[in-house]
Amino acid sequence: MTERLTPFLWILFSLGGTIAAFLFPVHLFLGGLAFPLGWLDAPSYEALRGLVQHPVVRLYLFVVISLPLFHWAHRFRYTLYDGLQLYHLTVLIAVLCYGAALVGTAVAAYTLWNLA
Amino acid sequence: MPPTIALDVIRYRPERNEEPSFQTYEVPFRDDWVVLDALNYIKDWLDGSLSFRWSCRMGVCGSCGMMVNGQPKLTCAAYLSDHQPGPIRVEPLNYFPIVRDLVVDITEFLRKLTKVKPWIIRDQVWPVEEGEYRQTPAQLDTYRQFSQCINCMLCYAACPIVGLEPEFVGPAAIALAQRYNLDSRDEAAKQRLKILSDHAGIWGCTFVGECTQVCPKHVDPAGAIQQFKLTGALDALKSLLLPWGTR
Amino acid sequence: MSDLSHHTRYHPRWYRRRMSVWWWLKNRAYSKFVLRELTSVFVALFAILFLWQLRALAHGPDAYAQFTARLKAPLFLTIDTVAFLFVLFHTITWFNLTPTAMVVRVRGKRVPDKIVAGSNYIVWVLLSGIVAWILTRG
Repeated sequence: MTERLTPFLWILFSLGGTIAAFLFPVHLFLGGLAFPLGWLDAPSYEALRGLVQHPVVRLYLFVVISLPLFHWAHRFRYTLYDGLQLYHLTVLIAVLCYGAALVGTAVAAYTLWNLA
Repeated sequence: MPPTIALDVIRYRPERNEEPSFQTYEVPFRDDWVVLDALNYIKDWLDGSLSFRWSCRMGVCGSCGMMVNGQPKLTCAAYLSDHQPGPIRVEPLNYFPIVRDLVVDITEFLRKLTKVKPWIIRDQVWPVEEGEYRQTPAQLDTYRQFSQCINCMLCYAACPIVGLEPEFVGPAAIALAQRYNLDSRDEAAKQRLKILSDHAGIWGCTFVGECTQVCPKHVDPAGAIQQFKLTGALDALKSLLLPWGTR
Repeated sequence: MSDLSHHTRYHPRWYRRRMSVWWWLKNRAYSKFVLRELTSVFVALFAILFLWQLRALAHGPDAYAQFTARLKAPLFLTIDTVAFLFVLFHTITWFNLTPTAMVVRVRGKRVPDKIVAGSNYIVWVLLSGIVAWILTRG
């Protein structure tokens, strides 16, 4: 079962890693540092609400949140059981990691659906 | 007094030792000497009981691989002058069972090599009279790099997954599989993908990348495995979207 | 003759070294590898933070104002700084490993690794510019 799923999980891992590599630095720099510290003017509440009205923006936000979560799930799973040699917990770790990514994806979908 | 350099060498004599331990030898230091020269000096002049493998002395045979100061190296290419002032730590290759001193058991490695069917497989083999299977320089170029492997096993000693998961087929064998997959004369890529499409195969690799770093022949096994993963992933995607297609 | 009772002559008794649980601390390349893998924790952290921001946005102006105020707290600024450095490390390692994982061929010739990795950086700068422009144009 897991062996058959692995290629697909790897695709999600790769796509998520690519998205995070290209887009997370700028989002994190702006949202986490430049805006809170006042280096740049943060967009207003109304401006952001206006922005997320657009379906393309909502799709973008969904992809940018969901796929990097799967990227984490895959990488962290391997790091946990290779790094700490937890081979007897392989199944549990996999369920927890990918499960968390699925929950995050569901919450993101729900939030963005209601944000319209 | 001529300059010397110390070598801390792992000794393990199963009939006498419970576990390996270091023994220090003082050998002449010469600019043009490699670690293998120093080991041979020890064997000839200091301690004839030291066991190690070697053959060609010129980086072709792949039998003198050992850990030099913790790094997998061909000892015939590891200059003493690059490891000054010493002592230089010489150990058998990591993750392999030790038979004696610096000699490791490679049975498992050979089993893994044959597991990936590293030979040309064709549905139809032409009779000799029909001539050779022709290949353009561009076709040769797609796999040439992966065909340079000398089976020195340095990549296995560099790969933590090899140490962690004894069943992991490992860098050189997967690179060799990829070498035949990319060969225009071969038709067994699907077979090899099936053999390697599990946790002991390509999906066990986490792209540490050290196999490529230590390879004395620039084979780039890490690249071969990642490219193999991409092929495997696309193949899985294709059979999901086109389940009625050829499998 | 053998001094060890369990050693039989002509029967090999191989010594297997056990792998330490701390194997990733014993070699600089391994440490760098584990550090690279741990960037994923900060990737997930930021994805969750991003999601949290969207939820605050959905809950109305007051909830959103509360969220942005919270981001100014030293604790969050520290977390964001650390996360930013790790995410940057992820970006650099990801771009630099791309040419190894993916062979690009143009007219049968393999495109040099530097060009493949370099084009990643160019696209990165462009995308970052677009995102920054959209978010700061007022």
